[in-house]
Amino acid sequence: MSRDPVLTFTPAGIYCPAGDFYIDPWRRVDRALITHGHSDHARWGMGHYLATHEALPVIRHRLGDISAEGITYAEERMIGGAKVSFHPAGHVPGSAQIRVEVAGEVWVASGDYKVIDDGLSTPFEPVRCHHFITESTFGLPVFRWEPQSVIAAQINDWWRTCAAQGKTAVLGAYSLGKAQRLMSMLDPSIGPVLCHAAIESTNAVMRAQGIRLPDTVLAHKDITAKTHPAAMVIAPPSALGSTWTKRFGPQETGFASGWMAMRGVRRRRAGDRGFVISDHADWTGLLSAIKNTGAENIYVTHGYTDNFTRYLNDSDWTAQVVPTQFEGENLDSAGSEGE
Amino acid sequence: MRDFAALFETIDQSTKTTNKVKALARYFQEADPQDRLWTIALFSGRRPKRAVTTAKLREWGAEAASIPLWLFEECYPVVGDLAETIALILPSNSTTNTDSLSLWIRSLRNMNNVEEPTQKNFILNAWAQLGGTERFVFNKLITGGMRVGVSQKLMTRALAQATGRSEAELAHRLMGNWHPDDTTWHELVEAEDASADASRPYPFHLAHALEDGPEGLDDPANWRAEWKWDGIRGQLILRGGTHFVWSRGEELMTDRFPELARAVDDLPDGTVLDGELLVWRTAKPTPESFNTLQPRIGRKTVPRKLLKDAPVVLHAYDLLEWQGEDIRHLPFAQRRDLLETACAGLPPEAAVKLSPQLPFTALNDLHRYRDRARSAQAEGLMLKRADSPYLAGRKKGDWWKWKLAPLTIDAVMIYAQAGSGRRATLFTDYTFAVWDGDALVTFTKAYSGLTDKEFREITAWVRKNTLQRFGPVRQVAPHHVFEIAFEGIQASPRHKSGIALRFPRMLRWRHDKPMSEANTLDDLKELLRLYG
Ligand SMILES: [Zn+2]
Ligand SMILES: [Zn+2]
Repeated sequence: MSRDPVLTFTPAGIYCPAGDFYIDPWRRVDRALITHGHSDHARWGMGHYLATHEALPVIRHRLGDISAEGITYAEERMIGGAKVSFHPAGHVPGSAQIRVEVAGEVWVASGDYKVIDDGLSTPFEPVRCHHFITESTFGLPVFRWEPQSVIAAQINDWWRTCAAQGKTAVLGAYSLGKAQRLMSMLDPSIGPVLCHAAIESTNAVMRAQGIRLPDTVLAHKDITAKTHPAAMVIAPPSALGSTWTKRFGPQETGFASGWMAMRGVRRRRAGDRGFVISDHADWTGLLSAIKNTGAENIYVTHGYTDNFTRYLNDSDWTAQVVPTQFEGENLDSAGSEGE
Repeated sequence: MRDFAALFETIDQSTKTTNKVKALARYFQEADPQDRLWTIALFSGRRPKRAVTTAKLREWGAEAASIPLWLFEECYPVVGDLAETIALILPSNSTTNTDSLSLWIRSLRNMNNVEEPTQKNFILNAWAQLGGTERFVFNKLITGGMRVGVSQKLMTRALAQATGRSEAELAHRLMGNWHPDDTTWHELVEAEDASADASRPYPFHLAHALEDGPEGLDDPANWRAEWKWDGIRGQLILRGGTHFVWSRGEELMTDRFPELARAVDDLPDGTVLDGELLVWRTAKPTPESFNTLQPRIGRKTVPRKLLKDAPVVLHAYDLLEWQGEDIRHLPFAQRRDLLETACAGLPPEAAVKLSPQLPFTALNDLHRYRDRARSAQAEGLMLKRADSPYLAGRKKGDWWKWKLAPLTIDAVMIYAQAGSGRRATLFTDYTFAVWDGDALVTFTKAYSGLTDKEFREITAWVRKNTLQRFGPVRQVAPHHVFEIAFEGIQASPRHKSGIALRFPRMLRWRHDKPMSEANTLDDLKELLRLYG
């Protein structure tokens, strides 16, 4: 009889038989290890949650009263017969790759990750392993991100131009991670930064846990273009083009997402401006991350799985597509680029 | 190239027409005249002669990006545009080259007559020196199709702002088959002798759709009615002893319709007619359906047999030039009188016929005509104000097209495929089936008619309900019912269902219908019997 693999792919999610736990499960299970707080990873209804101390406040904020425990990056913990540790994934504050070791065999489930330092999240750290489970949201070579400083300059230029024309700049971004990252890229000398309630409440949770964010104003109903001229408004994509933005008077809308790399998407979804910035790794980021794990066996989820897997196999890895029943990371099923 | 790329970006990013026009107008004032000329050309679908094949571009692009060719080919449909795919897969760099647009075009043209290694060297060098939008624009110069949401109308408006000339005059100047290689900015836009080109057509006057019927129109006495023919809109020009035939899409079609050559003998020189090209066999009361005309459209030259089977006649309904004079400013009623005079002496075998007017006194008469339109092989009615001049483009108020309600059928979606370009990330192309007993038989594809929101909703559903994949096509669980609208139906042995539809599109998503209530193949056959 052959030994159980360290991690297996089940209809409920990634499962560890030795430790009897799941990673980012999408069905209700007793014990869930959560890479980060995005809704396609941290779902409601698990018996018990384990996540990093940095990720937990947002998870609690989103899921309410749950039984959960925090863990420090790199802290080793035995769960049943499995040795488990969490390592920075650089995706959003508190996000982790989860390392699982059983009898000397090491697997890493990356969750979502990006390899560049966004100045806000604990930067990605490569973890040596034998088996690596990677996302591939942007796993095609057409996705190549420019340095964050270049995008920051584009956004600030746009904001400055809007302000000079007496317009409010309204920027659509996902409320956990992307919004805070954008806030920290803005030049506060241009004007005030107003945040939609969905974003400001996440800001409050992060500030309370000691994450330093620039000053923002909750855009409640009395905040308008008159009270706050030359403002930058950050709002979830769903609020863009709704009556909610009316109070900001003459305005331009922008959208910040990795999908904005494609002209067709930009024209369809961006409003006036599209900024190419993502919390997922681009093509070169994915390849360098995989290389640095030293793993030979790669499991590809979320995104351009077929092509990315074929490319890895052509390049002397042993790669396979992980069937996900859940495709939450697509442009058109998620409000933004997926979480 | 930098200024042109900046212009392109501004237009591409802007959702507001006024901003587009402003940016264009400024460019037409400030840019080098040769660059301006090329800008008009590129935005109206003209392009430099292709110097490099797209096959080579793909190969070199993949090589420069250090990716295998198969991966390049997989990226292409995701992006939906070859020029953009190449611009994206190459490592990003900033533009270091400052050559102008027309200089780049000249360099590209020089690549026509050189050996492949020199071509490759040139292209790779260009990619290395151009970044961002400039690289994309450069690729577009080679692949063509610089579609950027600049209509002819918008361009003439910008030109009018930049030059102080009237939009109508500019629209006329930009018509025809000019190419930047054979003209200059001055000649095209400014020179006084602009009518020198005998082949130059007039911009077509287009009608707006009348959605709610003619009740909203004023006194019936102010209006004229005609059949709205279901053929190809064409302009026949008789000048300088020869003739030219133009399509509405500004394509010169003279050689495709040799029947019209005899018009030179039947009508006086200095005549320009607006009408409909139809297949109409002698002694038949009605024209043949559009299906019969179809084979004539794609062919640049016409085999003798086709010419005999599908003879084309121009049904004239307007007169734009008469005795060498532009008479577009005259009221329609007066142009019509002159048109009738012109056509009065035509022999029965002439290739030009007068399209009849439909007499009416009350609006109710119009309803009766419309009800008969299908049997007259027309697709509805045209209503024109008697006092309307012949305007350039689509102007609201003077001309209305009142189309027949389309034929419809409720069908089940069974395959889905991603769209292209703008919609490359959505499943937008569906294949539909109707019931044949207990089985579903496919009968048509359709890919438009829903909102982006609906397409997103269906895309999410398709992802979760895929039964099988065949390359880019996904077979999905039969479940959703859509109302398919179409303009015509014909028998087609090539299709499994035995029928083919004209202009099929989704009219709406029938959430209210279970798939058991979709239509049947027999329903389709009945429509074929009635309208085929
Ligand atoms: Zn995710
Ligand atoms: Zn995420």
